[in-house]
Amino acid sequence: MKDVIDLKSPANILTIIVVGLCAVVPFLAPALGEPFYVIVFARIMVWAIAAVSLNLIMGYGGMISFGHAVYLGIGAYAIGILAFHGVTSAWIQWPVAIGACAVISLIFGAISLRTRGVYFIMITLALAQMLFFLSVSAERYGSDDGLNILARSDFGVSFFSLEDNMTMYYTIFAFLLASVFVSWKLVHSRFGVVMRAAKSNETRVQAVGVSTYRYRLTAFVIAGVMCGIAGLLQANLERFVSPDMMNWPRSGELIFMVVLGGMSTLFGPVTGAFVFLMLSEILSTWTIHWHIIFGPFLVLIVLFARGGIAGLLTPRASRE
Amino acid sequence: MRKSFGGLTATDNLSLEATRGEIHAVIGPNGAGKTTLVHLLSGLLKPDAGEIMFEGRDITRLSAPARVNQGLARSFQITSIFREFTVLENVMLSVQAGQGHSFRFWRPAAKDESLRAPARELLERVGLGGRMDVKAGNLAHGEQRQLEIAISLATGPSFLLLDEPMAGMGLEESQVMIDFLKALKGDYTMLLIEHDMDAVFALADRITVLVYGRAIATGTPDEIRNDASVRAAYLGDEASGGTV
Ligand SMILES: Nc1ncnc2c1ncn2[C@@H]1O[C@H](COP(=O)(O)OP(=O)(O)O)[C@@H](O)[C@H]1O
Ligand SMILES: [Mg+2]
Repeated sequence: MKDVIDLKSPANILTIIVVGLCAVVPFLAPALGEPFYVIVFARIMVWAIAAVSLNLIMGYGGMISFGHAVYLGIGAYAIGILAFHGVTSAWIQWPVAIGACAVISLIFGAISLRTRGVYFIMITLALAQMLFFLSVSAERYGSDDGLNILARSDFGVSFFSLEDNMTMYYTIFAFLLASVFVSWKLVHSRFGVVMRAAKSNETRVQAVGVSTYRYRLTAFVIAGVMCGIAGLLQANLERFVSPDMMNWPRSGELIFMVVLGGMSTLFGPVTGAFVFLMLSEILSTWTIHWHIIFGPFLVLIVLFARGGIAGLLTPRASRE
Repeated sequence: MRKSFGGLTATDNLSLEATRGEIHAVIGPNGAGKTTLVHLLSGLLKPDAGEIMFEGRDITRLSAPARVNQGLARSFQITSIFREFTVLENVMLSVQAGQGHSFRFWRPAAKDESLRAPARELLERVGLGGRMDVKAGNLAHGEQRQLEIAISLATGPSFLLLDEPMAGMGLEESQVMIDFLKALKGDYTMLLIEHDMDAVFALADRITVLVYGRAIATGTPDEIRNDASVRAAYLGDEASGGTV
């Protein structure tokens, strides 16, 4: 565990640039005549929160969940469905969204964590797809077409309204910083030590007297809730939810963002989400066949830059 | 106890007893079922039949972690450490495990003196005091074997199951380990799996000879040395270089 606050390493400079950009884009983008980038960055940050949450279990805990986007969907649908029924108070919406993610991740985790390796990947995928198909078949809530949200979560106070786009943007920004901070605290706590140790050598952790299951399950739930918060933010940001948010390609993209940025590094998922989404944004304006460039690029990064962008930018000597 | 893998009986009606404070050695040729025995006693494997009593309690149904919490620790024949952690962090995890649950989410564990101090002290004792901040994966083989024992000791056990602690060690390193285990003698009850004969005869109070999962003899080092069936089945092999 190397310190993250080494300001001279190129990986951290990139992090500072990305986070710095996120902080100033609402002012910078309109000034440069590109106001469109405000929503692009808001989306990137939501994905970054989800990627940070996945990194918690995948990067630090060795649990490769291929169904992590389902919590984006649950968080978002909780907002969408409640709004549909006229419940717009954030004080009800948000606890329900978080509670739903906690319960579902507890159930899904309890089932999937009894398996390892490929089986774990397949079970997390299967469980997530179950909810995806449930949302597709929910005609009342728009099925495939999704569900429009007429009003963003209402906090019932005059000085804080998500209807104000600036407030919405910086709320997401604050949650992004909070998710990284919480990860940082968790990873270095006693809980985090057990999680990392279980990734490294689970048999040995058992042999010093720790039953790993409970800890892995707790981590799984924490990550599920954190991703659910990204989902409820996304629903508010887009004023829209659809089954596509939790379809398996989204889970795959989350894995890619984490790997791309650098697994088990604190800010890796943030830069990963940034590079992934910016590249697809830029490439897609060049050509409609942008996937032909994007796919091989991702493969090359994974093949030649083990440790992702963070690994690529970290001098070999200090990589230990 | 009995344990089979398919058609192969790795532990065959084996009965063993260790008295508090003694070193009970188990020797036997490769494939005799020594490691299987350690797995059974530590809870990594469940016996097909038989029971395990520890300090008057039946622990046959207890999980591996639960047995450690009762004071039954083990080491591994194939070094099992946290290679990405530093030496100190390896031992700190055991200390942490011994202090109860780890559902503590906020305070940094690395700076916790209640973990560092006991871990440091133990590492000094096993002779790794100068190597605490080295990554475990970068240690020399002999040092990794010492760390392996240190991790087990740090759980605060009363009973140690040591699966070939001298495995892969040179002569000098083995001697260091023998001296170290001698120093521990009396403080811990030990089941010592080993086929370095010098080590076994130097350390053990009692020896059980295991062949094809069966105990063919149990006795003091002298009795074992002079036992005809043991000489035929095992010690004789060793003299002709038959065991590994
Ligand atoms: N998990 C397993 N599955 C099948 N056979 C096993 C397994 N573990 C051990 N064995 C077999 O059981 C026998 C005893 O193995 P082991 O206990 O490792 O011997 P030792 O430690 O004395 O060298 C060997 O024949 C080995 O091949
Ligand atoms: Mg063995």
